Amino acid sequence: MSAGKIDPMEQFMVEPVLGRHIELFGYDVSFTNSALFMIVVFVALAVFMSGGLRRQLIPGRWQVMAEGAVSFIDNMVSTSIGSGGKKFAPYIFSLFFFILFANLVGVLPLAIVPGLHTFAVTSHITVTAVLAFVSFAIVLIVGLVKHGFKFFSLFVPHGAPGWLMPVIIPVEFVSFMVRPFSLALRLFVAMTAGHILLEVFGSFVVQGLNAGGPLGWLVSALSFVMIIGVSALELLVCAIQAYVFALLTSLYLHDAVHLH
Amino acid sequence: MTDTGLMYIGAGLAAIGVGMAALGVGNVFGSFLEGALRNPGAADGQQGRLFIGFAASELLGLIAFVVAILILFVVK
Repeated sequence: MSAGKIDPMEQFMVEPVLGRHIELFGYDVSFTNSALFMIVVFVALAVFMSGGLRRQLIPGRWQVMAEGAVSFIDNMVSTSIGSGGKKFAPYIFSLFFFILFANLVGVLPLAIVPGLHTFAVTSHITVTAVLAFVSFAIVLIVGLVKHGFKFFSLFVPHGAPGWLMPVIIPVEFVSFMVRPFSLALRLFVAMTAGHILLEVFGSFVVQGLNAGGPLGWLVSALSFVMIIGVSALELLVCAIQAYVFALLTSLYLHDAVHLH
Repeated sequence: MTDTGLMYIGAGLAAIGVGMAALGVGNVFGSFLEGALRNPGAADGQQGRLFIGFAASELLGLIAFVVAILILFVVK
């Protein structure tokens, strides 16, 4: 019984759509499946929000959903950033809903139609690192523009004794600089781990059926049930990771705006 | 004990760290639920902190997972 090896990492390959490479000045700028699914996420988000823009005085159901989404972010921003936070609501909204829709599109089980597997855009550290570094840059720029050099008093916590400063300041500085990496890493690993888990159980289903016999069918059936359970967990993880990314960005903005 | 064998053992050991993350995350949610059952009115206000605690403990477990992936797929 030769088990064809199913490689769980193969689903993360970034390839040009339709196999056509486009070169520009020696750089590969082909239109990849990653870019395609980012466009899909953008279109989905645009359709969702445009449905809520009909501005009826007594809102229909779609408008209620869109208004609920906006007020969810408004709520989170005003609780986390406090005063002076309202101007960050559009950025936090875009961040949260892009990550949420990107995560959800990646988990869609469309592969039942042969060749139509969705690609999880946020399962690459390149994408999540860009999002994290944009957030971190906004935090730095807002903090430095608003407070000038007093921004560095962020590393000196209130009420700490003076003799402890040479220990505390490097530690605070390192923990501040680690923030973008932790944001990027958390989202990337959560999505990658979830997708690898689903692929591993999927490979059990296929290999169990190939092996045949009652034991093979039992393994397939149990793995299929596990796929359903893990997919439910994945939906929860998608929402939680998007929420955590936006919440932590809001908290870092609170630190930058209020300096404590 | 070939080099590849040692790599696989190393990756397996790194995965123990992921199991410890499960303990940590369970601790966070368990403490939250315990407090929420004693004071349900105050529970909704603290949900933000619940998710911050979850994110912090999950991150460290995910770092252990990244170490396992590095050993398996990046080390030649």
